[in-house]
Amino acid sequence: MKSIKFILAGILFGIIMSKSEAISWYRIQEMFRFQSFHMYGFIGTAVVLGSIAVFLIKKFKINDYAGNPIVFQDKDKSFPRYIIGGTVFGLGWALTGACPGPMFVNIGYGYLGMLIVIFGALVGTYFYGVIKNRLPH
Amino acid sequence: MLELLRQPWPWYTSGAAIALIMILLLYFGKSFGVSSNLRTICTIAGAGKKVKFFDFDWKTQKWNLLFIFGAVLGGLISSTLLKNDQPLQLSGATVADLKDIGIAFDGNLNPSQLFGLNAIFSIKGILILLFGGLLVGFGARYAGGCTSGHAISGLTNMQVPSLVAVIGFFIGGLAMTYLILPYIF
Repeated sequence: MKSIKFILAGILFGIIMSKSEAISWYRIQEMFRFQSFHMYGFIGTAVVLGSIAVFLIKKFKINDYAGNPIVFQDKDKSFPRYIIGGTVFGLGWALTGACPGPMFVNIGYGYLGMLIVIFGALVGTYFYGVIKNRLPH
Repeated sequence: MLELLRQPWPWYTSGAAIALIMILLLYFGKSFGVSSNLRTICTIAGAGKKVKFFDFDWKTQKWNLLFIFGAVLGGLISSTLLKNDQPLQLSGATVADLKDIGIAFDGNLNPSQLFGLNAIFSIKGILILLFGGLLVGFGARYAGGCTSGHAISGLTNMQVPSLVAVIGFFIGGLAMTYLILPYIF
Protein backbone atom coordinates (compact mmCIF):
# COMPACT_ATOMS: atom_id res chain seq x y z
CA MET A 1 0.00 0.00 0.00
CA LYS A 2 2.93 2.30 0.76
CA SER A 3 4.06 2.23 -2.87
CA ILE A 4 0.79 1.56 -4.59
CA LYS A 5 -0.80 4.87 -3.59
CA PHE A 6 1.88 6.76 -5.53
CA ILE A 7 1.38 4.55 -8.58
CA LEU A 8 -2.38 5.14 -8.37
CA ALA A 9 -1.89 8.91 -8.06
CA GLY A 10 0.42 8.71 -11.09
CA ILE A 11 -2.16 6.75 -13.11
CA LEU A 12 -4.78 9.37 -12.32
CA PHE A 13 -2.30 12.12 -13.29
CA GLY A 14 -1.56 10.37 -16.60
CA ILE A 15 -5.26 10.04 -17.41
CA ILE A 16 -5.97 13.70 -16.54
CA MET A 17 -3.06 14.93 -18.65
CA SER A 18 -4.19 12.79 -21.61
CA LYS A 19 -7.91 13.48 -21.44
CA SER A 20 -7.35 17.23 -20.92
CA GLU A 21 -5.11 17.01 -24.03
CA ALA A 22 -2.40 18.89 -22.09
CA ILE A 23 0.07 16.30 -23.44
CA SER A 24 -0.64 17.51 -26.97
CA TRP A 25 2.04 19.38 -28.93
CA TYR A 26 -0.77 21.14 -30.81
CA ARG A 27 -2.44 22.35 -27.59
CA ILE A 28 0.86 23.83 -26.37
CA GLN A 29 1.23 25.68 -29.68
CA GLU A 30 -2.34 26.93 -29.34
CA MET A 31 -1.47 28.17 -25.84
CA PHE A 32 1.70 30.00 -26.91
CA ARG A 33 -0.27 31.60 -29.75
CA PHE A 34 -3.06 32.68 -27.35
CA GLN A 35 -5.66 31.10 -29.64
CA SER A 36 -7.63 29.15 -27.06
CA PHE A 37 -8.51 29.51 -23.41
CA HIS A 38 -8.22 25.74 -22.85
CA MET A 39 -4.70 25.51 -21.35
CA TYR A 40 -5.09 28.75 -19.40
CA GLY A 41 -8.38 27.54 -17.95
CA PHE A 42 -6.79 24.20 -17.11
CA ILE A 43 -3.72 25.58 -15.31
CA GLY A 44 -5.70 28.52 -13.87
CA THR A 45 -8.34 26.26 -12.30
CA ALA A 46 -5.62 24.06 -10.78
CA VAL A 47 -3.80 27.09 -9.36
CA VAL A 48 -6.92 28.75 -7.90
CA LEU A 49 -8.28 25.57 -6.29
CA GLY A 50 -4.79 24.51 -5.19
CA SER A 51 -4.16 27.92 -3.58
CA ILE A 52 -7.38 27.63 -1.57
CA ALA A 53 -6.32 24.15 -0.43
CA VAL A 54 -2.82 25.31 0.58
CA PHE A 55 -4.32 28.27 2.46
CA LEU A 56 -6.70 25.97 4.36
CA ILE A 57 -3.95 23.42 5.12
CA LYS A 58 -1.82 26.20 6.64
CA LYS A 59 -4.70 27.87 8.49
CA PHE A 60 -6.01 24.70 10.08
CA LYS A 61 -2.53 23.11 10.45
CA ILE A 62 -3.70 19.93 8.72
CA ASN A 63 -1.45 16.88 9.07
CA ASP A 64 -0.57 14.33 6.44
CA TYR A 65 -1.82 10.72 6.54
CA ALA A 66 1.01 9.72 8.90
CA GLY A 67 0.14 12.49 11.36
CA ASN A 68 3.11 14.73 10.50
CA PRO A 69 2.55 18.42 9.80
CA ILE A 70 2.38 19.27 6.10
CA VAL A 71 5.34 21.56 5.43
CA PHE A 72 5.77 23.91 2.47
CA GLN A 73 9.28 24.66 1.33
CA ASP A 74 9.90 28.23 0.27
CA LYS A 75 11.90 28.62 -2.94
CA ASP A 76 15.30 30.32 -2.59
CA LYS A 77 14.96 34.05 -3.10
CA SER A 78 16.85 35.06 -6.20
CA PHE A 79 16.16 36.20 -9.74
CA PRO A 80 18.68 35.03 -12.39
CA ARG A 81 18.19 31.29 -12.04
CA TYR A 82 14.41 31.54 -12.38
CA ILE A 83 14.31 33.88 -15.35
CA ILE A 84 17.21 32.30 -17.29
CA GLY A 85 16.39 28.70 -16.37
CA GLY A 86 12.71 29.36 -17.04
CA THR A 87 13.46 30.81 -20.48
CA VAL A 88 15.63 27.84 -21.48
CA PHE A 89 12.86 25.52 -20.28
CA GLY A 90 10.25 27.44 -22.28
CA LEU A 91 12.29 27.13 -25.49
CA GLY A 92 12.32 23.36 -25.10
CA TRP A 93 8.67 23.19 -24.02
CA ALA A 94 7.45 24.96 -27.17
CA LEU A 95 9.74 22.90 -29.43
CA THR A 96 8.86 19.43 -28.10
CA GLY A 97 5.37 20.35 -26.84
CA ALA A 98 6.17 18.48 -23.66
CA CYS A 99 7.22 19.41 -20.17
CA PRO A 100 8.57 16.57 -17.98
CA GLY A 101 5.17 15.15 -16.88
CA PRO A 102 3.70 14.85 -20.39
CA MET A 103 6.95 13.29 -21.68
CA PHE A 104 6.26 10.23 -19.56
CA VAL A 105 2.50 10.20 -20.15
CA ASN A 106 3.13 10.36 -23.93
CA ILE A 107 5.35 7.25 -23.74
CA GLY A 108 2.43 5.32 -22.28
CA TYR A 109 0.10 6.82 -24.86
CA GLY A 110 2.29 5.31 -27.56
CA TYR A 111 4.49 8.22 -28.67
CA LEU A 112 7.78 6.39 -28.38
CA GLY A 113 9.65 9.33 -29.94
CA MET A 114 9.34 10.91 -26.50
CA LEU A 115 12.04 8.48 -25.37
CA ILE A 116 14.46 10.62 -27.39
CA VAL A 117 13.12 13.75 -25.66
CA ILE A 118 13.52 12.12 -22.22
CA PHE A 119 17.05 11.05 -23.11
CA GLY A 120 17.79 14.66 -24.12
CA ALA A 121 16.27 15.91 -20.86
CA LEU A 122 18.51 13.54 -18.87
CA VAL A 123 21.57 14.82 -20.74
CA GLY A 124 20.43 18.40 -20.08
CA THR A 125 19.95 17.68 -16.38
CA TYR A 126 23.40 16.08 -16.20
CA PHE A 127 24.95 19.01 -18.04
CA TYR A 128 23.38 21.40 -15.52
CA GLY A 129 24.86 19.39 -12.66
CA VAL A 130 28.31 19.60 -14.25
CA ILE A 131 28.36 23.37 -14.88
CA LYS A 132 26.08 24.40 -11.97
CA ASN A 133 28.79 26.23 -10.02
CA ARG A 134 29.76 28.37 -12.98
CA LEU A 135 26.22 29.67 -13.60
CA PRO A 136 24.62 32.75 -12.05
CA HIS A 137 21.92 31.71 -9.57
CA MET B 1 -19.96 6.49 -17.54
CA LEU B 2 -17.06 5.10 -19.57
CA GLU B 3 -18.48 6.87 -22.62
CA LEU B 4 -18.39 10.18 -20.73
CA LEU B 5 -14.82 9.61 -19.54
CA ARG B 6 -13.73 8.87 -23.11
CA GLN B 7 -14.70 12.35 -24.30
CA PRO B 8 -12.02 15.06 -24.04
CA TRP B 9 -12.33 16.55 -20.55
CA PRO B 10 -13.21 20.24 -20.24
CA TRP B 11 -10.57 22.51 -18.69
CA TYR B 12 -12.47 23.03 -15.44
CA THR B 13 -12.78 19.29 -14.72
CA SER B 14 -9.15 18.67 -15.64
CA GLY B 15 -7.89 21.68 -13.69
CA ALA B 16 -9.80 20.63 -10.58
CA ALA B 17 -8.45 17.09 -10.95
CA ILE B 18 -4.85 18.38 -11.15
CA ALA B 19 -5.43 20.38 -7.95
CA LEU B 20 -6.65 17.12 -6.40
CA ILE B 21 -3.40 15.36 -7.42
CA MET B 22 -1.38 18.14 -5.79
CA ILE B 23 -3.44 17.95 -2.59
CA LEU B 24 -3.24 14.14 -2.58
CA LEU B 25 0.57 14.26 -2.75
CA LEU B 26 0.65 16.83 0.08
CA TYR B 27 -1.54 14.49 2.13
CA PHE B 28 0.96 11.70 1.40
CA GLY B 29 3.67 14.01 2.80
CA LYS B 30 5.22 14.80 -0.60
CA SER B 31 5.44 17.74 -2.97
CA PHE B 32 4.20 17.64 -6.58
CA GLY B 33 7.13 18.10 -8.98
CA VAL B 34 7.96 15.85 -11.92
CA SER B 35 11.34 17.13 -13.16
CA SER B 36 13.16 16.02 -9.96
CA ASN B 37 12.88 12.52 -11.40
CA LEU B 38 15.35 13.44 -14.14
CA ARG B 39 17.98 14.19 -11.50
CA THR B 40 17.09 10.98 -9.65
CA ILE B 41 17.53 8.90 -12.83
CA CYS B 42 20.96 10.51 -13.41
CA THR B 43 21.89 9.55 -9.83
CA ILE B 44 20.72 5.95 -10.32
CA ALA B 45 22.81 5.81 -13.50
CA GLY B 46 25.88 6.65 -11.39
CA ALA B 47 26.27 10.41 -11.99
CA GLY B 48 26.85 10.95 -8.25
CA LYS B 49 30.31 9.40 -8.46
CA LYS B 50 31.55 12.20 -10.69
CA VAL B 51 29.30 15.20 -9.98
CA LYS B 52 28.39 16.31 -6.47
CA PHE B 53 24.94 17.60 -7.52
CA PHE B 54 23.87 13.99 -8.12
CA ASP B 55 25.36 12.60 -4.91
CA PHE B 56 22.23 12.15 -2.80
CA ASP B 57 20.20 9.25 -1.46
CA TRP B 58 17.87 8.61 -4.41
CA LYS B 59 15.69 6.29 -2.32
CA THR B 60 14.10 9.41 -0.78
CA GLN B 61 12.68 10.02 -4.28
CA LYS B 62 11.45 6.48 -4.90
CA TRP B 63 7.85 7.65 -4.43
CA ASN B 64 8.26 10.12 -7.32
CA LEU B 65 9.61 7.40 -9.64
CA LEU B 66 6.54 5.32 -8.78
CA PHE B 67 4.41 8.36 -9.58
CA ILE B 68 5.86 8.75 -13.10
CA PHE B 69 5.61 4.98 -13.61
CA GLY B 70 1.91 5.41 -12.86
CA ALA B 71 1.79 8.37 -15.26
CA VAL B 72 3.04 6.11 -18.07
CA LEU B 73 0.30 3.59 -17.21
CA GLY B 74 -2.23 6.44 -17.17
CA GLY B 75 -1.18 7.35 -20.71
CA LEU B 76 -1.57 3.73 -21.78
CA ILE B 77 -5.07 3.51 -20.28
CA SER B 78 -6.02 6.75 -22.06
CA SER B 79 -4.93 5.46 -25.45
CA THR B 80 -6.73 2.12 -25.05
CA LEU B 81 -9.65 1.85 -22.61
CA LEU B 82 -10.43 5.58 -22.66
CA LYS B 83 -9.56 6.23 -26.29
CA ASN B 84 -11.65 8.78 -28.15
CA ASP B 85 -11.72 8.46 -31.94
CA GLN B 86 -12.68 12.06 -32.70
CA PRO B 87 -9.91 14.31 -34.05
CA LEU B 88 -8.47 16.93 -31.69
CA GLN B 89 -10.59 20.11 -31.70
CA LEU B 90 -7.74 22.51 -32.35
CA SER B 91 -8.48 26.19 -32.91
CA GLY B 92 -8.78 27.03 -36.62
CA ALA B 93 -6.37 29.95 -36.16
CA THR B 94 -3.69 27.58 -34.83
CA VAL B 95 -4.24 25.14 -37.70
CA ALA B 96 -3.76 28.01 -40.18
CA ASP B 97 -0.68 29.42 -38.39
CA LEU B 98 0.97 26.00 -38.23
CA LYS B 99 0.25 25.43 -41.91
CA ASP B 100 2.04 28.71 -42.68
CA ILE B 101 5.21 27.49 -40.95
CA GLY B 102 5.03 24.09 -42.62
CA ILE B 103 3.41 21.89 -39.98
CA ALA B 104 0.31 19.95 -40.99
CA PHE B 105 -2.49 19.38 -38.49
CA ASP B 106 -3.35 15.67 -38.57
CA GLY B 107 -5.98 15.52 -35.84
CA ASN B 108 -3.82 13.51 -33.44
CA LEU B 109 -2.36 14.71 -30.13
CA ASN B 110 1.12 15.16 -31.60
CA PRO B 111 2.18 15.91 -35.20
CA SER B 112 3.51 12.98 -37.20
CA GLN B 113 6.08 15.42 -38.64
CA LEU B 114 7.76 15.38 -35.21
CA PHE B 115 6.77 12.06 -33.66
CA GLY B 116 5.93 9.78 -36.60
CA LEU B 117 8.21 6.86 -37.45
CA ASN B 118 9.74 8.71 -40.42
CA ALA B 119 10.60 11.66 -38.18
CA ILE B 120 12.11 9.71 -35.28
CA PHE B 121 14.30 7.71 -37.64
CA SER B 122 15.63 10.77 -39.47
CA ILE B 123 18.71 12.73 -38.42
CA LYS B 124 16.80 16.02 -38.39
CA GLY B 125 13.93 14.53 -36.37
CA ILE B 126 16.24 12.99 -33.78
CA LEU B 127 18.22 16.23 -33.42
CA ILE B 128 15.05 18.29 -32.87
CA LEU B 129 13.72 15.97 -30.17
CA LEU B 130 17.12 15.53 -28.52
CA PHE B 131 17.88 19.24 -28.46
CA GLY B 132 14.36 20.14 -27.28
CA GLY B 133 14.63 17.62 -24.46
CA LEU B 134 18.05 18.96 -23.54
CA LEU B 135 16.64 22.49 -23.17
CA VAL B 136 13.76 21.22 -21.02
CA GLY B 137 16.03 19.17 -18.74
CA PHE B 138 18.70 21.85 -18.38
CA GLY B 139 16.16 24.65 -17.91
CA ALA B 140 14.04 22.76 -15.39
CA ARG B 141 17.01 22.04 -13.14
CA TYR B 142 18.48 25.52 -13.54
CA ALA B 143 15.11 27.07 -12.63
CA GLY B 144 14.66 24.51 -9.84
CA GLY B 145 11.41 23.08 -11.20
CA CYS B 146 9.10 22.65 -14.15
CA THR B 147 5.42 23.26 -14.81
CA SER B 148 4.33 21.08 -11.88
CA GLY B 149 6.92 22.29 -9.37
CA HIS B 150 6.66 26.00 -10.20
CA ALA B 151 3.34 26.70 -11.96
CA ILE B 152 1.34 24.40 -9.65
CA SER B 153 3.20 23.73 -6.37
CA GLY B 154 5.00 27.10 -6.33
CA LEU B 155 2.19 29.41 -7.41
CA THR B 156 -0.35 27.80 -5.06
CA ASN B 157 2.13 28.50 -2.23
CA MET B 158 2.41 32.15 -3.38
CA GLN B 159 6.09 31.89 -4.29
CA VAL B 160 7.38 34.90 -6.20
CA PRO B 161 10.38 32.93 -7.59
CA SER B 162 7.89 30.50 -9.17
CA LEU B 163 6.07 33.40 -10.81
CA VAL B 164 9.40 34.60 -12.24
CA ALA B 165 10.07 31.06 -13.52
CA VAL B 166 6.62 30.89 -15.18
CA ILE B 167 7.30 34.26 -16.85
CA GLY B 168 10.57 32.73 -18.07
CA PHE B 169 8.66 29.69 -19.43
CA PHE B 170 6.61 32.12 -21.53
CA ILE B 171 9.56 34.23 -22.71
CA GLY B 172 11.22 31.03 -23.96
CA GLY B 173 7.98 29.54 -25.30
CA LEU B 174 7.06 32.67 -27.26
CA ALA B 175 10.60 33.04 -28.63
CA MET B 176 10.54 29.43 -29.87
CA THR B 177 7.02 29.73 -31.28
CA TYR B 178 7.46 33.00 -33.18
CA LEU B 179 11.19 33.39 -33.80
CA ILE B 180 12.66 29.89 -34.17
CA LEU B 181 9.94 27.38 -35.12
CA PRO B 182 9.21 29.05 -38.50
CA TYR B 183 12.77 28.26 -39.61
CA ILE B 184 12.81 24.62 -38.53
CA PHE B 185 10.17 23.06 -40.82
